[in-house]
Amino acid sequence: MQATSWQALQAVMRRDLMVVMRRRSDVLNPLLFVLMVVTLFPLAVGPGPDILGRIAAGVIWVAALLSALLGSERLFREDYLDGTLEQLTLQPQPLALLAFGKVAVHWLLSGLPLVILAPLCALLLKLPLEGWSALVATLLVGTPILSAVTAIGAALTVSLGRGGALLSLLLLPLFIPLLIFASGAVEAALVGTEAWPQVLLLAGLSLLTLLLSPFAVAAAIRVSVN
Amino acid sequence: MWRWLHPYAKPEVVYRLLGRWLPWVSIGAAAVLATGLVWGLAFAPADYQQGDSYRIIFVHVPTAMFSMSLYIAMAVAAFVGRVWQLKMADWALAAIAPIGIVFTFISLFTGAVWGKPMWGTWWEWDARLTSQLILFFLYIGVLALYHAFSDNRTGAKAAGILAMVGVINIPIIRYSVDWWNSLHQGATLTVFERPPMANSMLIPLLTCMLGFALLAGALVMQRMRNEILRQELRRPWVKMELQQGEQA
Amino acid sequence: MQFESWQAFIEMGGYGFYVWLAFGVSFLALALVVVQGLRARSKLEQEFVKEQQRQLRLARRKQEVS
Repeated sequence: MQATSWQALQAVMRRDLMVVMRRRSDVLNPLLFVLMVVTLFPLAVGPGPDILGRIAAGVIWVAALLSALLGSERLFREDYLDGTLEQLTLQPQPLALLAFGKVAVHWLLSGLPLVILAPLCALLLKLPLEGWSALVATLLVGTPILSAVTAIGAALTVSLGRGGALLSLLLLPLFIPLLIFASGAVEAALVGTEAWPQVLLLAGLSLLTLLLSPFAVAAAIRVSVN
Repeated sequence: MWRWLHPYAKPEVVYRLLGRWLPWVSIGAAAVLATGLVWGLAFAPADYQQGDSYRIIFVHVPTAMFSMSLYIAMAVAAFVGRVWQLKMADWALAAIAPIGIVFTFISLFTGAVWGKPMWGTWWEWDARLTSQLILFFLYIGVLALYHAFSDNRTGAKAAGILAMVGVINIPIIRYSVDWWNSLHQGATLTVFERPPMANSMLIPLLTCMLGFALLAGALVMQRMRNEILRQELRRPWVKMELQQGEQA
Repeated sequence: MQFESWQAFIEMGGYGFYVWLAFGVSFLALALVVVQGLRARSKLEQEFVKEQQRQLRLARRKQEVS
C-alpha cells in the first residue's frame, strides 16, 4: 500500500531527527560558533556598554547568518552521498513536500536553539533590556527564512562537494532583507518606538519563503541528482 | 507557444539568425551610442547645480537601468529553459550573465565617481548604490555557480534556479534597502527627484539609453553565438557553416 | 557646442578628472568584454580546425590499416 503524503512527510522528518540525534556535534557546533563570535566582539571593540549595546543585535544576527551557512552541509550532503536523495526524488509523493520536511527539521535543530541561545548572547553583548523581546521575536520569525533559503543553496551545491565559500556567495545577498528588518526591529525597540511592524513584516516574509522555497529546493535537488 | 518556438529551438537556425542580425545591431549600437555620448558630453547644457559633473549620468543611468533588465531577462531565460526544457534558453543565461555583470560594475563605478564631487566621498550608503551593489553580488553568485560545475548543462540549470530565486528577491531587497536608508537618512543624488529634466538633457539621455540597449543586445548576441558554437562544435551543421565562412 | 575650446572641454568646468575617469573606465570595461568575446570566437574556430585535422588523421590511419 502506498503511503500518504502526510505519512511520507512524517517518515522523512523522523528519520532526519534520528540521524541528527546520533551526531549531536552537528547541532552544537554552529551554536558554539555563534557564542564564539559574540565573545570576540567585546574583545575587538572594547567592553563599553554604549558601543556593545548598539551593535549587539547586528552582531547576533550576522553570527546567525554565518552559522546557518556553516551548518548547511549536513542538510543534504550525507543523503546525497549514500543515495537517499535519489530515492527521495523517485518517491510518488511530491518532492517539495519532502524537502519541506527536511527544512522543518533543520530549523528545529538550528533555528530554534538559536532563539533559546539569544538571551545569553544579548546578556554578553549588554543589549539593553528593551531590545530583548524584539531580538527574540525577530529570531523566532526570521530563522525559518534562514533554514529555507540555506536549503536552496545547499541543494544546488550538494553535488560539488566543496560548498563553503561558494555557498556564502550565493546566499548572503539573499539574506540582506532579513538582516535589515531584524536589526531594524531591535533598533526601533531600543529607541522606544514600536518594533512589531517589522516583526510582522518578517513573519510575512517567512511565510512566503516557507511556501515557495520547497519548490526551489525540489528543483535544485533534481538538478543535483541527475 | 511551443509551435511558435519550435523552429527557434534548433541551434543552427538561431545561430544563422543571430549572425544575420549581429552586424546591424552592432553598427546601430556604435552609431547611436556615439551620437548620444558626444551630444551629452559636448552639446547638452551644464546642470545649474552640479555643473559639468552631471554628464556622468549619460553612462550611469542607462547601465544601471539595463543591469536590472538584464537580470530579469536572465531569469526569464532560466524560466523558459526550465518549463520548456530548451537548451537554447540555458545558453542564453550563460550569454546574458557576463554582460549584466559588466553593466552593473559600470553603473557602480560611475556612481562612485559621481559621488566624489557631489557628496565628497567615493562611497555613500545611498539606497540606489547599495541596491546596485547587492545586484552585483547576486550576479556574482549566478556566475560563480554556473562556472562551478564541470558540466555546462548542469551549471546552467543550477544557475537558472538561483537566478529565479534572485529575481523574486529583488523587489524585497529594493524595498528593504529603501526602508533602511530612510531610517539612516543618508545623502541622495537629486538629479532624479527634481521636476522633469529639460529636453536638452533628456533627449541625449534617451539616445544613450537606446545606444546602451543596442550595445547590450549586440554583446549578448555575440556571446550567444559563441555559446552555441561551443556546445555544438562536433555537429555536421557547424562544419558546413565554418567551412563556408573560410571559403568566402 | 557647450564648450568654447578643447581645453574647456577637457576640463569640464573643473570636474574633468571625474567625468573622464567614469567614461574611461566604462569604455575600458566594455572594450574588454568585446575583445573577450572575439577571442573566444577565434579560439572556438581554432578548436574546430584542430578537430577536423584530427578526424582526417584518424580516417587516413584507418585506410592504411585496412
